[in-house]
Amino acid sequence: MTHVIPITITVNGKEYTRDAEPRMLLSDFLRHELRLTGTHVGCEHGVCGACTILFDGESMRSCLIFAVQAQGHAITTVEGLASDKDNLHPLQQSFWEAHGLQCGYCTPGILMTMIPFLKQNPNPSEEEIRHALSGNLCRCTGYQHIVDAVKLAAEKMK
Amino acid sequence: MKPAPFEYHAPTSLEQALDLMSQHASEAKLLAGGQSLVPAMNFRIVQPGMLIDLNRVAELSYIREEGPGLHVGAMTRERQLEFDVSIERRIPLLHEAAPNIAHPQIRNRGTLGGSIVNADPAAELPVLMLALNARLKAKNNSSERWLDAPDFFTGMFSTALAPDEILVEIELPFMPASTGWSFMEVAPRAGDYALMGIAALLTLDEAGKCSNAKLVYLNAGEGPVDAKQAAQLLQGETITGKLIDEAAALASQTEINPFGNIHTSIEFQRHLANVLTKNALKQAIRRAGELQ
Repeated sequence: MTHVIPITITVNGKEYTRDAEPRMLLSDFLRHELRLTGTHVGCEHGVCGACTILFDGESMRSCLIFAVQAQGHAITTVEGLASDKDNLHPLQQSFWEAHGLQCGYCTPGILMTMIPFLKQNPNPSEEEIRHALSGNLCRCTGYQHIVDAVKLAAEKMK
Repeated sequence: MKPAPFEYHAPTSLEQALDLMSQHASEAKLLAGGQSLVPAMNFRIVQPGMLIDLNRVAELSYIREEGPGLHVGAMTRERQLEFDVSIERRIPLLHEAAPNIAHPQIRNRGTLGGSIVNADPAAELPVLMLALNARLKAKNNSSERWLDAPDFFTGMFSTALAPDEILVEIELPFMPASTGWSFMEVAPRAGDYALMGIAALLTLDEAGKCSNAKLVYLNAGEGPVDAKQAAQLLQGETITGKLIDEAAALASQTEINPFGNIHTSIEFQRHLANVLTKNALKQAIRRAGELQ
C-alpha cells in the first residue's frame, strides 16, 4: 500500500523530481520534500487559505490537492514572487508599505490569491477585493490594511 | 500526511476510467475536484482503498451548445461556469449563483459533476440542477442512461448512481423566455456553507400572469428541496404581495425540513427561508417583467 510514485513538477520555474506516496498532499510535498516552507499550512481542510498556491497560474488550495496530481503541472509558490531579497514583488512591497500583515502567517496565501486576482482585475473596487479575500483568513489585521495593501498594489502594478 | 493510504490511478480517457470502475467499484472512489473529498480524507472521515483521479480525462471538460441548451462535461470547473458567456446569457440563474459556491480558490478546482455527485444538501449546484430541470448522463463500461435531476438526488450525500457508474455530462436547458430568476443565500461569512438559500424561477405569460414557478432550497432537508406546493400557489395567478407572503409562509413552514446546526436553530432557518423567498420572488418577478 505504501508504494511511491515518481513525480516531476515545475515549481517557480525549476523542475523537481521526487518520489511521493499518493496520499501526500501538495502542501506537504512543497514544504517537506522541496523545503519550500513559504507555503503555510493552517486548517488542512480548505477553509483558511494559508496554503494557497498557483496551479498552472490559478489560485488553489495545496492542502486539497495530492502531490501526484501536480505531475507535469507548473506550480508557483510565494518563493517565486520576489526576484531576490532586495527586490520584492510590487504586491509584497505594497503589503510592507501598507502594513498588510502582522504575524504574517496568512500572508503567503493571500499574496498567491491576489496575484491572479489583480491580473484579472487591474482596477478592483474595495468590494471586489473583499470578495476575492473571502477565502483567506487573517486573525491579526481585521483585513483593513490588507485591503489597503491590495489597492496600493493595483496602483503600483498598472 | 493526513489521509489514510490508498491506491492511485490517473486514467487519461473515459474508457480507461470506466474500466477501472467496473473492476474496482466496491473499493474505489472517483476524485474530481477533490474540494469536498480531500478534506474528508484529511480528517479520515472517509478512507477509500483506491482513488480514480478524473483530472487527466480531458474529454470530460467542456461547455457546448446543443439544441435548446448546454451540454457540460462533468469535470468542468465551477470557475468556468462562473465566467462562461453562454451561461451568463442563457442560464443567468446559474451565472448569478456561481460566485456563491465556496471561495474562488475552491471554484478553480471544484467541478460541476463532483459537487452534484457529492449531493451535499447545503451545496448550491444540486439545488440549481433541480431548479433548472437539468438532466444527468451516467455511464458504466457497457451502457449509458439519462436521469432527471429529481430522480438523481436520493437523499443526504446520496444519488441514484450505481457503484460502477460515472456522471459524465449535464444537460442544462436554456431558461425559457420571460423567465425571471433569483439566487439568494445567507452565510455567516462569504463562501461558508449557507444557513439557508433559495433558487427561484418565475415565468410570466403575455397577460402578466405566472405561467410557471420554481422554488428550490438548500440546507433545507435531506437534499435539494423543491417547494412544489408554494410554486403551485403562484401558478396561473397575477402575483401580488399577499400571494408572495402566502407562498413564502407555505414553503418555509411546511415544505422545507431544515435540521439546524451549531450556527442556526431550525426556527431561524425557517425564518430565513421565509424572508429569502419573499425577496427572491420579488426580484424574479421584476426581472421577468423587464424581459417581457
